[in-house]
Amino acid sequence: MSGTQTTYNDKVVRQFAVMTVIWGIVGMLVGVIIAAQLVWPELNFGPWLHFGRLRPLHTNAVIFAFGGCALFATSYWVVQRTCHTRLWGGPLIPFTFWGWQIIILLAAITLPLGITSGKEYAELEWPVDILITLVWVSYALVFFGTIGKRTVSHIYVANWFFGAFIIAVALLHLVNSAAMPITLTKSYSAYSGVQDAMIQWWYGHNAVGFFLTAGFLGMMYYFVPKQAGRPVYSYRLSVVHFWALIFTYMWAGPHHLHYTALPDWTQSVGMVFSLILLAPSWGGMINGIMTLSGAWHKLRDDPVLKFLITSLSFYGMSTFEGPMMSIKTVNALSHYTDWTVGHVHSGALGWVAMVSIGSIYYLLPKLFGKKEMYSTGLVTTHFWIATIGTVLYIASMWIAGVMQGLMWRAVNADGTLAYSFVESVKGSYPFWAIRWLGGVLFLTGMLLMAYNMFKTIAGGKTEDMPVIAPAGHHA
Amino acid sequence: MSDFVSDFWNLYVIVIVLGSILACAVLLIVQGKATFTPGKTMGHVWDESLEEYNNPMPKWWSWLFVITVIFALVYLALYPGLGNFKGMLGWTSVGQHKIEVDKMDATVKPLFDKYLAMDVKAVAGDKQAMEMGKRLYLTYCMQCHGADARGAKGFPNLTDSDWLYGGEPEQIKETINNGRMGMMPAHAHLGADTIKELANYVRSLSGLPNDSLLAAKGKEAFQTAGCSGCHGPEATGMQAIGAPNLTDKVWLYGSSEATIIQTINNGRQNKMPAWKEFLGDAKVHLLSAYVTSLSQGK
Repeated sequence: MSGTQTTYNDKVVRQFAVMTVIWGIVGMLVGVIIAAQLVWPELNFGPWLHFGRLRPLHTNAVIFAFGGCALFATSYWVVQRTCHTRLWGGPLIPFTFWGWQIIILLAAITLPLGITSGKEYAELEWPVDILITLVWVSYALVFFGTIGKRTVSHIYVANWFFGAFIIAVALLHLVNSAAMPITLTKSYSAYSGVQDAMIQWWYGHNAVGFFLTAGFLGMMYYFVPKQAGRPVYSYRLSVVHFWALIFTYMWAGPHHLHYTALPDWTQSVGMVFSLILLAPSWGGMINGIMTLSGAWHKLRDDPVLKFLITSLSFYGMSTFEGPMMSIKTVNALSHYTDWTVGHVHSGALGWVAMVSIGSIYYLLPKLFGKKEMYSTGLVTTHFWIATIGTVLYIASMWIAGVMQGLMWRAVNADGTLAYSFVESVKGSYPFWAIRWLGGVLFLTGMLLMAYNMFKTIAGGKTEDMPVIAPAGHHA
Repeated sequence: MSDFVSDFWNLYVIVIVLGSILACAVLLIVQGKATFTPGKTMGHVWDESLEEYNNPMPKWWSWLFVITVIFALVYLALYPGLGNFKGMLGWTSVGQHKIEVDKMDATVKPLFDKYLAMDVKAVAGDKQAMEMGKRLYLTYCMQCHGADARGAKGFPNLTDSDWLYGGEPEQIKETINNGRMGMMPAHAHLGADTIKELANYVRSLSGLPNDSLLAAKGKEAFQTAGCSGCHGPEATGMQAIGAPNLTDKVWLYGSSEATIIQTINNGRQNKMPAWKEFLGDAKVHLLSAYVTSLSQGK
């Protein structure tokens, strides 16, 4: 290399980090609105702001806008630091930022207009899908280009996970979004019937497995040992759980289609691999939490570490719950109920959002030339509000979900249904109200974060940091 | 029937599923044999401070992994999963559903059979039977006819004494058993003026405000344009074909002039589904009695 590039490219990290907070607020606000619409249906105003159109906007905004920006920011930071080199890619780098923001804006416009392909978590129509492909290929080139010019021989574990996430998401997006365009805003899936459903849930579950798990495990493997100041607990555990995780996740999709037209054998295969997935998932939790072993006292007054370790606890909880829910007989009760919604949010709020928030709090002062956040007390407040919000959300959805499942299957002595569907809706109202409150708390925490972020940025310097030379015995 | 177009895919599934499960086990065993130096790092340092301990994997975790792998193999021996192999238990989801339905049917059969032997009107007077009838109604009928059975636009009210196809127990039973296809043909060809006249005439029949000049012209058109063929010369309807009585105050789609014009212009199509196959004789019998009971005394 030329040797003239002696600093890290942190401009793009700064951009993505700030937008993580902004999109987090937008996505969670939409979540709070649709949660309110369930409690007070009169809040459905016209077709554009109706629950049916805002719900995909919420999922896209929190997964791809909030989660996506957090992954871009952290992976760009981590890959430079652990490869001891500046980000490769020239104009591709700003293209990934601006391209991703345009995609998010297009989603925010097209989804309320009712332009959708109807595939869950892949609703965006074909022109946006093509733009996603271009940005994602650029992302892969930048990431692997940087790996390629690393100045250390060993590739750090966080990059394995980021790399797997980038490759798998490219594969999932290309296969599931294959469609025949009819007009600029309408296309038909390349697959039909139960095969379309299977491909959709192969995509859907791996969106969870790679976008929301592997990517954020990459984040965890850098920020937890950094913040704890301790080595990763077990290198060998990371090897085994990495390969087992990325290999096994690919099989688990059919558990979304239990007791449907999907052939029985496919459902069984999906179920057993979902169960095998338990240990590989927990490998990441153990490696993260045990990294803190010997430094537990740091949890007491370090809110960033609180966020990171709590996120791992929720990760462990939801990756235990997931395999249990994939068991056919459990699924017969939980499927189509709010239990599923609670499960998703124990992962989404407890794991994905908390690990992202912790990592962004780690990054912000460093990115803007400060020693620490404007207010550490506000970070602690944010942590407690977010934790209470998450617990309210999950607990209310557990109760509502199990109640709904039991009501739907209850029968009288004469074999008739004990409850009509609308009675289960009526019974759910109090829990939907609690869920809404949990969401309001979580959103409030994000607003504190935004205030804290802008106060931290104010008057800060944004000088790029010099590339650190690899440790001597190592190069 | 096989799920596969050729035996190749059967083998493909078996090999790849078993191979993948075993690969998990091999990964765990091979990596578990590495040399560990607990408490010491691997010797690599990234970004000034990132290191990794060379600790072994926790034993309980390895065992958890092994148990899930064993469970997977046992499950696939017992249940369908390996291609065309049906599993040693012969379980299918369709079979499980049938067993549960048959079991429930056998349990409740005596309850319903008791009433099948009785006359519909007698069943309608039986308190316990009507409680069961109401539960059946709330499970199968309320989605269209409403929880209070008073219907909605396009869905008949079952609590009044007006019947499209007749309110005798046999007629109600026929309606539930085989369903009904209601059809009013479109009459746009009559022209806007004539249709407006007909609408005013129809409104005059049930005492609604109308333009008497138009209504008088409409009365003529009613006989000549084909209306009387179904609704009868006196417009009192014809239950044999489900043509409504136009002289009462019951309106399935609405009584405003605009709605009546729309009905004549575009016609109406309606459908009551057939329940015979799904519910069976005994439940239809009880539901007939329940619907009969709703309009009793009216």
